[in-house]
Amino acid sequence: MIEETVDSAAIASASTKRKSLWLLAIRNPAVIFGGTILLLMVAIAIFAPYLGTIDPTRIDPAMRNKKPGTEITLRLDDGSTVKRTAYMGTDTLGRDVYSRVLYGTRVSLIVGIAVAALSLAFGLIIGMVSGYIRWLDGFVMRIMDGLMAIPGIMLAIALVSIWRSGLITVIFAIVVPEVPRVVRLVRSIVLTVREEPYVEGAISVGTPTWTLMMRHILPNTIAPLIVQGTFTAAAAIITEAILSFLGIGIPPETPSWGNIMSEGRTLFRIFPHNILYPGIFLALAVLAINVMGDGLRDTLDPKMSKKV
Amino acid sequence: MIDFIARRLVAIIPVLAVVAIFVFLMLRLTPGDPAAVIAGDNATSDQIDLIRAKLGLDLPIWQQFIIWIGDILRGNLGESFFFKKTVVELIAQRLQPTLALSICTLIIAVATAVPLGVLAAYRHGSLLDRVVMGFSVMGFSLPTFVIGYCLIYVFAIDLDWLPVQGYTRIEVDFWGFISHIILPSITLGIIYVALIARITRASVLEVLNEDYIRTARAKGLSNRVVLMRHALRNAAVPILTVIGIGVALLIGGAVVTETVYGLPGLGRLTVEAVLSRDFPTIQAVILMFSVVYVVINLLIDISYTLFDPRIRY
Amino acid sequence: MNSTAMKRRTFGILSTGALMAAAGTTRAADKKVLRFVQNGNMSILDPIWTTAYVTRTHGYFIYDTLFAMDANNAIKPQMVDKYEVSPDRTQWTFTLRDGLEWHDGKPVTSADCIPSIKRWGARDAMGLKLMEFVKDFKVVNDKTFTMILKEPYGLVLESLGKPSSNVPFMMPERIAKTDPFKQIDSQIGSGPFIYVNAESKPGEKHVYVKNTKYKPRNEPPSGLSGGKVVKMDRVEIIEMPDPQQQVNAILAGEIDLIEQPPHDLLPIMKADKGMQLVDWNPLGQQFIYRFNHTQPPFNNPKIRRAALLAVRQEDYLKATVGEPQFYKVSSAAFISGTPNAFEAPDGFLVKPNYEKARALLKEAGYDGSPVVLMQSTTLPVLTNTAPVTKAALEQVGFKVDMQTMDWQTLVSRRTKKDPPSQGGWNIFHTFTVAADILNPISNTYMVAQGEKSWFGWPTDPEMEKLRDAYSKEVDPAKAKELAHAVQNRAIETAQYGWIGQWYGPGAARKNVTGWIKAPVPVMWNIEKA
Repeated sequence: MIEETVDSAAIASASTKRKSLWLLAIRNPAVIFGGTILLLMVAIAIFAPYLGTIDPTRIDPAMRNKKPGTEITLRLDDGSTVKRTAYMGTDTLGRDVYSRVLYGTRVSLIVGIAVAALSLAFGLIIGMVSGYIRWLDGFVMRIMDGLMAIPGIMLAIALVSIWRSGLITVIFAIVVPEVPRVVRLVRSIVLTVREEPYVEGAISVGTPTWTLMMRHILPNTIAPLIVQGTFTAAAAIITEAILSFLGIGIPPETPSWGNIMSEGRTLFRIFPHNILYPGIFLALAVLAINVMGDGLRDTLDPKMSKKV
Repeated sequence: MIDFIARRLVAIIPVLAVVAIFVFLMLRLTPGDPAAVIAGDNATSDQIDLIRAKLGLDLPIWQQFIIWIGDILRGNLGESFFFKKTVVELIAQRLQPTLALSICTLIIAVATAVPLGVLAAYRHGSLLDRVVMGFSVMGFSLPTFVIGYCLIYVFAIDLDWLPVQGYTRIEVDFWGFISHIILPSITLGIIYVALIARITRASVLEVLNEDYIRTARAKGLSNRVVLMRHALRNAAVPILTVIGIGVALLIGGAVVTETVYGLPGLGRLTVEAVLSRDFPTIQAVILMFSVVYVVINLLIDISYTLFDPRIRY
Repeated sequence: MNSTAMKRRTFGILSTGALMAAAGTTRAADKKVLRFVQNGNMSILDPIWTTAYVTRTHGYFIYDTLFAMDANNAIKPQMVDKYEVSPDRTQWTFTLRDGLEWHDGKPVTSADCIPSIKRWGARDAMGLKLMEFVKDFKVVNDKTFTMILKEPYGLVLESLGKPSSNVPFMMPERIAKTDPFKQIDSQIGSGPFIYVNAESKPGEKHVYVKNTKYKPRNEPPSGLSGGKVVKMDRVEIIEMPDPQQQVNAILAGEIDLIEQPPHDLLPIMKADKGMQLVDWNPLGQQFIYRFNHTQPPFNNPKIRRAALLAVRQEDYLKATVGEPQFYKVSSAAFISGTPNAFEAPDGFLVKPNYEKARALLKEAGYDGSPVVLMQSTTLPVLTNTAPVTKAALEQVGFKVDMQTMDWQTLVSRRTKKDPPSQGGWNIFHTFTVAADILNPISNTYMVAQGEKSWFGWPTDPEMEKLRDAYSKEVDPAKAKELAHAVQNRAIETAQYGWIGQWYGPGAARKNVTGWIKAPVPVMWNIEKA
């Protein structure tokens, strides 16, 4: 009975501490700066069709390789023509780079969020199981060590070439090499938390494993995981761009920043804008996420700063 | 200590076994067919079947696996499907550019990042600190190939100071070698400067707040001595760890950098091999990288004991 | 083979290379070293085992051919000094030139040429056809041999002088006896260059030195025929996969020649005073639109025809090549400007007829199931063909599922005969060097023998009858009529689409002269000032 009281008191104090930390986090200037840019990106992604764009996959051989600001003529399906300005020029297929860059925000954010969410989810489950069930630990960690020993990009290249290239393949190929990192993180937290007096207390009074995990271990993983998640998302957006750059990413007609840059690289010397504009968006998005991650880490999890 | 190393060496075996099985299965489930690639554009289906049989690709997967593992255990990494060369020869030919790129990148990165990180920590909160931190976040956020193209544009095309691409072997022409390796190393180095500067700053900052540093300062030791003798030495462990992590990233980064600069190294060999489905080469290269990664991490673990007296095994 | 001689020879090659390296000949500024970048990396060194164009080009460096195609597309003797045909046209006797020698110092003999022809005849489409007619070979003496045919064949010289993949290169007997489905293990030829194995590093460069013992013919060079006079001491094929890098490197003077830079980069080189564009391949290339004849809906000729009626060549050419000076719109299957070219009167493939296409589609009862169109993204010139096809097909009422993959996946997947939903396919695009498809026999896309045909496996006995008649026809005028009939038959059944001819000039530094006009980039005759 006494232990139970100590237990709930400890949880209560831990959870108030966590709440105030969150309040602190959203007041952190880095978090505000990164978050604002990110929200802007999300808005662009959602409202892309209403921001003066046209179909980003529309091919127009007559309007190839136009410089930014060129006046172009669009022929609509019903035969009428419309004049519009190509703010960011057109690519080798005559597609509108401005529309592609704006729509590209969708792909990059989806890749970032999906990879972060999936690798956290898989990593959390595997890490908790591995950290808690001792006899499985060795086996699981050997597999994770093996996966981690393969350079991530090479693993992704090989995985993408297995399946039909597409958004889901790319996401999965980036998730696989990210999972072991999360597993290690979660496992180390589980191992530390197990040693805490209040958890040992809870174990000794026979609290069921499931409850133990949900009530004591999971809450402790949230802050470091969110921090890890932001860095994973940033890395995933870059990896997607690299895969597309190497010609094995998302199908090239899909507007993604990596695809636009990959397409523009043969003409980099004459039309640097095809690399420049998506490059700026890409760098800005990744920068925003990283800055936000830094801010979150500083407030939520100061100890983690040395793990990067 | 020896016991520890021995245990760690034994632990490498299951890791490599996982890598081997994973890579093998991954490749055999690939839709790509090396025989079709070899036969070329005008070959017919019958001809491709014949080539497939000659390469041993018509056997069941488990038989192919047993043959491959057997060969590896006997030290035979196989022969490339395309180049009439053994995989070992191919790797040996491609080793130098990648090794040179990795070493130069590490030298550049450590030589700039550690002083920057230490200074930033020492002047915690100053403008310099903010600039270094800002740069390090930027460094993470720019994709390698964008940096590469920008550097080529400025230094090789616009200013015409350095060659655009290619590689000169160090034994052929030393200055040619340096002029070819410098841009790629800077390109790839930026992300490591960012990474190492951050970790150095954080570690030094942490150490500076420890009691014994305060004591040392109180005893009247000069700031520089404290910084060098105590802070940096104690910050060495996390810095080493990050270099260890960096090696894995380095190998991945080499793929992109070698493509941008046309360096005939292992990264490009891997991409070429993946695109042409040259199974023996892909298997061997990935296995080799994994061995390198594991060994480097082992070396770093061992070197911990040298830098941090608190760690004992 | 005498192994001591072999070793000495290898040592000789090695030491030449070592000397050159020691002399510090690494800059392109050196007048005696030519640096050349091909379209794509060369990983295979057997031009019979693979049809890859880079390997074919390598073949022209180190091997020689019995016959060769000149600048006017006529076949001329090359290694052959003189040849005779028996009156019944079944016995062809070839006599080799004097002084032909392998790189290991041994003379070229009939015993080398016969297995060389046989090995090529086991792999190449035109070689296979020739071998159907060959009854036997007979050695007359060291320098003379006879090819005995079962019945007269119209394309004996066209076969032995075939300009592009696979080329019947002559190899020494030991090498020529290698299993045609296995790669050869050494690079010894009798051609104008010697391959320096010790210095070549695949993925970095391939090194060739001048074969000082090579005896060129006395005639001036013309196309792939005539005297192959080498004016450089050394040629290096530099491997550089990224076109942007190739262009940067040539502008910086680090390399001398680029086989075929992407069209979009040509203006940069045109604008540079140190550069010239060389139209070395006047016949150019042709894009191909290929159906899978074994799977619905394109097992129905009406639906194939509906698809081709939506084609406007110019859309493809604009989207891939761009500048009109580098392409030609033509409804001739066997390459506009050559003897077998015929323009279709109704502008087939040039002018689309959407109404007719829609009507045909309706008539054929197309069920609206999506058509699987494979798009390759790794070859820049092909990437943009599939999106144009998608737009054209959708215009006339097809549903299209365009699937993107790298070229290597595409070439693997096109071998699969399964339904598209189970890993098969309906349409893909490729391109071919025009010199490969100048007649109904060498044009593999015209073959209609079902399983034995090229990917897509069309079956059409009528087409095969016409092609067979063409191959046996020895009167040029009648052969021409038959070629026309073959093209009409291909249009009638919509066997495949030829969707535009295009030209890709090479790029060279201004100080480089003598790049020969031919279907293959060859490095003899080239000089550096």
